[in-house]
Amino acid sequence: MDIKGLVALTHSQGIIRRYFIVNGFDGALTMLGLILGFLFSTPTDINNIINVCMGASIALCVSGISSAYVSESAERKYVLTKLENAMITDLSQSSHAHAARIVPIVIALVNGLAPLLISLLILLPLWLYKSGVVLPISPLIISVFIAMTVIFLLGVFLSRVSGMSWWLSGIRTLLVGILTAALIFVFVG
Amino acid sequence: MATIRRIILDVLKPHHPNAYEFAMFLADLGNEYVVHLAVIEVDENTETVQLELKAPSIDFELVQAAIIEMGASLHSIDEVDACSQINVNQQD
Repeated sequence: MDIKGLVALTHSQGIIRRYFIVNGFDGALTMLGLILGFLFSTPTDINNIINVCMGASIALCVSGISSAYVSESAERKYVLTKLENAMITDLSQSSHAHAARIVPIVIALVNGLAPLLISLLILLPLWLYKSGVVLPISPLIISVFIAMTVIFLLGVFLSRVSGMSWWLSGIRTLLVGILTAALIFVFVG
Repeated sequence: MATIRRIILDVLKPHHPNAYEFAMFLADLGNEYVVHLAVIEVDENTETVQLELKAPSIDFELVQAAIIEMGASLHSIDEVDACSQINVNQQD
């Protein structure tokens, strides 16, 4: 059975979607917070900003992978044991046992890579600026716009699950981003 | 050598894969496999199903391996239609 089949067998599509949204949101808001923090502070060297943001992204990625793997593999083993008890048979050669090994890895990768990839996208203007590309406005401002756009798009993605209107769902998550920015401005700016 | 053309099995399976996925998986095992699956009893975590497979030549070991792969267990072989290779060719 392929990975798609194993995910379907364990009904993990919903969990994967939730982890993608939750940790993707974490990545976007963390980057937004860091970049706004730098924007409201005394000007800092672009290399320092990239290093700090990359450090946070990598930490989010590792945290996402390890926490999801540990919790999901324990959960899958529990479900497999429960099923083995119900079937009164050893299922080690079955797709269920294969799924108990593979699905936690898939979920962990989604949970870890979602914040990393989103963070890398948000940091793109900083790299472009560093490599000498002339930008019309400050790379930090562009990064804030990208972060807000990603937050809006995560809301749009959620609307596909909830059946809510896409713009309403997008605006709702965007408001969370704006609220975050406002709180940072109040306490830091 | 004799071949199996029809077999009825009593199988205990988890709820997932469901009856549709289970039957489709077995039907994909070979050419001209016809699978009839009937759910006999449903428990909290398992269900008992009766499987009827028809094909010009059923690979029983492959069917058994597929049943195990899907997390199910074969409880009994209830009916078998077997015939010699000559008969198969004559009927074809």
